[in-house]
Amino acid sequence: MRIPLGLAGVISAFAISGALAAPPEPVSITPALIEAAKKEGVVAYYTAVDVKVAEKVAQAFKEKFPGIEVQVERTGAERLFQRIGQELESGINNADVINTSDASHALYWKRKGWLAPVLPDEVAKKFDKAYYDAEDGTYAVWRATLSPIGYNTTLVKPEAAPKSFADLLDPRWKGKIVKAHPGYSGTVLTATHQIARDLGWDYLDKLGKQEVMQVQSATDPSKKIVSGERAIAADGTEYNLILAKRSGAPIEIVYAAEGTPFVPGPSAVLAKAPHPNAARLFYIWSFSLEGQQLMHDVGGLRSVHPDVKELEGVKSLSEIKLMKDDADDAEKHAEDLKARYAKAFGT
Amino acid sequence: MVSTGTLEGVGGRAEGWRLRVDGGAALMAAASGLLALLVILPFGWLAYFAFTSPDGALTLANFTALVTDPSLAAPIRTTAILATSVALASMAVAMPLAWLVARTDIPARRTIRILMTASFVTPPFLGAIAWEILAAPNSGILNRLWRDLSGAEVPLFNIYSLSGLIFVIACYTTPFVFVLLANALDRIPAELEDAAGILGARPLRILRDVTLPLVLPAILAGALIAFLQAMVLFGSPAILALPAGFHTITTKIFMLFQFPPKPHVAAAAALPLLAVTVLLLWGQRRLMGRRQFTVIGGKGGTTRRVALGRWRYAALAFALGVLAFPVFLPYAALLKAAATRVASDPLSWSTLTWFNVHFVFYEFSQTIPAIWNTLILAASAATLGALLAFAIAWLVSRSTHPGRHVVEFLVTAPVAIPGIVLGVGLFLAYARPPLMLYGTLWILFLAYLTIELPPAFQQMRSAFRAVHPELEEASRILGGTRLTTLWRISEPLVRPALVSAWCFIFIGVVRELSAAIMLFTARTKVLSVVIYDLNESGDLGAIAVLGITMLVGTLAIVAFASRLAAAPNLVQRAG
Repeated sequence: MRIPLGLAGVISAFAISGALAAPPEPVSITPALIEAAKKEGVVAYYTAVDVKVAEKVAQAFKEKFPGIEVQVERTGAERLFQRIGQELESGINNADVINTSDASHALYWKRKGWLAPVLPDEVAKKFDKAYYDAEDGTYAVWRATLSPIGYNTTLVKPEAAPKSFADLLDPRWKGKIVKAHPGYSGTVLTATHQIARDLGWDYLDKLGKQEVMQVQSATDPSKKIVSGERAIAADGTEYNLILAKRSGAPIEIVYAAEGTPFVPGPSAVLAKAPHPNAARLFYIWSFSLEGQQLMHDVGGLRSVHPDVKELEGVKSLSEIKLMKDDADDAEKHAEDLKARYAKAFGT
Repeated sequence: MVSTGTLEGVGGRAEGWRLRVDGGAALMAAASGLLALLVILPFGWLAYFAFTSPDGALTLANFTALVTDPSLAAPIRTTAILATSVALASMAVAMPLAWLVARTDIPARRTIRILMTASFVTPPFLGAIAWEILAAPNSGILNRLWRDLSGAEVPLFNIYSLSGLIFVIACYTTPFVFVLLANALDRIPAELEDAAGILGARPLRILRDVTLPLVLPAILAGALIAFLQAMVLFGSPAILALPAGFHTITTKIFMLFQFPPKPHVAAAAALPLLAVTVLLLWGQRRLMGRRQFTVIGGKGGTTRRVALGRWRYAALAFALGVLAFPVFLPYAALLKAAATRVASDPLSWSTLTWFNVHFVFYEFSQTIPAIWNTLILAASAATLGALLAFAIAWLVSRSTHPGRHVVEFLVTAPVAIPGIVLGVGLFLAYARPPLMLYGTLWILFLAYLTIELPPAFQQMRSAFRAVHPELEEASRILGGTRLTTLWRISEPLVRPALVSAWCFIFIGVVRELSAAIMLFTARTKVLSVVIYDLNESGDLGAIAVLGITMLVGTLAIVAFASRLAAAPNLVQRAG
């Protein structure tokens, strides 16, 4: 039973799902919606995206719609998952819009009946059906990232850099690797699921013997290699590496020969959002071409909106060998995965 | 619970009757009732969870898991080593330093005291983060310096290790022990030592045979506090042990509450901590026995300082060295991290930036609400907590009713509950009707009050112990009611302790992380939680700015409070 803190669940999932037979009418931003949102004056945005990126998005929204504050609550996706569960199960409705980096969370929240059906026009028109809830319109992939390998070019020469995940098992990288934790980060949980599935647990067990520095957030390994604390990031987010590179740090990204984990990060509006109009306005705006381009530009994140122009220096997705995302399967294996991970890495 | 009717064992009837009419009884009833609410509720939930399975059936399986599951047994071993080492290390440093500051003519002793207090203001988790910046094996400032100077490949010190963790925790338990010891040494009147001197004892002999026995209660209390703090601390191990791939009990308990939560096993893992604490407190009382010294009576007393002579500057060097670890180095590191984009960047005009300050105060939407929440909670918990500690300490030290042991146990017991576990106990108790406090500041307020009551109480009790009841008795004989006596005689006598209890609690609330992390919601976030969140994503610059803001703010408020309450020579005036 996926109930935070073991509290007795009061909402039975089956009573709610299936109630909506047809996808909802796509919606777009109307003057009436803006007016109603301004009356509410604030939107609470729970997100797993890097805090600086989240605040930049919030800032852009505030400039576009003056008079509406954005409260950013940022933590790792798995932590967020636990916190929001704890709040909602206790009848506390703080959150308006939520964004995770573990796509299986959206499936769970939908089953629990916690999500409002809001299908932005732009999503219905432009997005691939794989990237939103085409049935009920309760969530859509706001951002995506990859979980590549990264290294510090002053500590590792490009010709000596690892080319694949298998290369990380080389004894010369012992004590030189940093990686994030799947119990905290949705990106890393998703990545670990794909890596364990494609390369086998044997790889992770061996990596666990490399005296890896274990950080929590997927946004952290890039910061640790920028500071030179470690030379190589075994996982983390592509967008933090892109941002670090952009700021002039000596960082290089490696898309591993075995394939790079692809991590879609869905957003959703809460069914009991305390500011339902501001929530919808923020949500719909964040999926507009403008919102998607901004997210890509300031965050270095990938958009699944086909019209977003990729910045120079960002390798096109079509040129990268990707591992396949499978949220359903990831959800099935999440608990077992965390337990096996703790065995391999100690925490 | 204690019955408030007969508080005095001897002549109980008359005394009890008196209590009821003069208002003291109401105070006592309120205090005991509140204690029960504060302490028994989370304890009850803990016990219930420890002995049941998720489906509610009675079981011992949670405890067998503790012994048989290696992933649980290892953190228990680690914690035992950690707590013992921290207690020994902080005693070894705090004892000589307290003696130097309180009893010798060491230069700058006022400044040393203030700086030790400043290091106590530093939350241990902030210190741990600062020490990451200083002594991370590769990027740490000190290790870089060491490599540059020595040409060595190997770091001087790896902070992500058990010894690193012991070191950092000891840095921040030492001030507690120091304050306890220095206060105790302050209270020893010179007459006793003079008497020994006149009888021909040499200074070392006086130290051993007169001074040391007099401060033994404080020494034991100090060792105990250091041990218990190290045992129940969450932030520092989470910051330093997890990257190294090992757990302490508290980080393990925290993980047990992560998805999928196992509160039953976690509760069972918390009970040994409780048992150890109870044992230690009981042992302390047994060991001390009747060895209690009343050194402040109705007569005045002054302390005399040992002249160090040419050792004065050696002593100062020692004091400054001790202060470097919890204060100078960490705050230098935080300042540097605040002023540069990457904490390990070399410091120069080109790397200096307002980037972090700008982010924290102009972009980060959590800064202002978090500061606000923290201030409200710290001030209210300090005020109610200090008054409660005063009342309960008075009750415990001035009555002979056997129930006082129960009260004493209840008020000291929360020291044994790791904040995290208390947090969960409170969450379970108050995230449901009829008292739906989760999601409000009230639940955090309750947590802080419960956590901070034991140290405040211990402080007030030792203040009461050092004040002989004769002054209060005189007031009663002259016809003062119990309440009048309490406010007109007892309160002025222990007012310095009362004020310092207020400051202790205020600081304690600002420092607190482990309960808050279980109890906050997005709208009731406090600074410590914000900082912890930022650390998990490695945003050191923002942490540094917030941490320095927190330190400056806390120091200003504490200094203001101390000034307000500064009343010179109360003891002598009362005499």
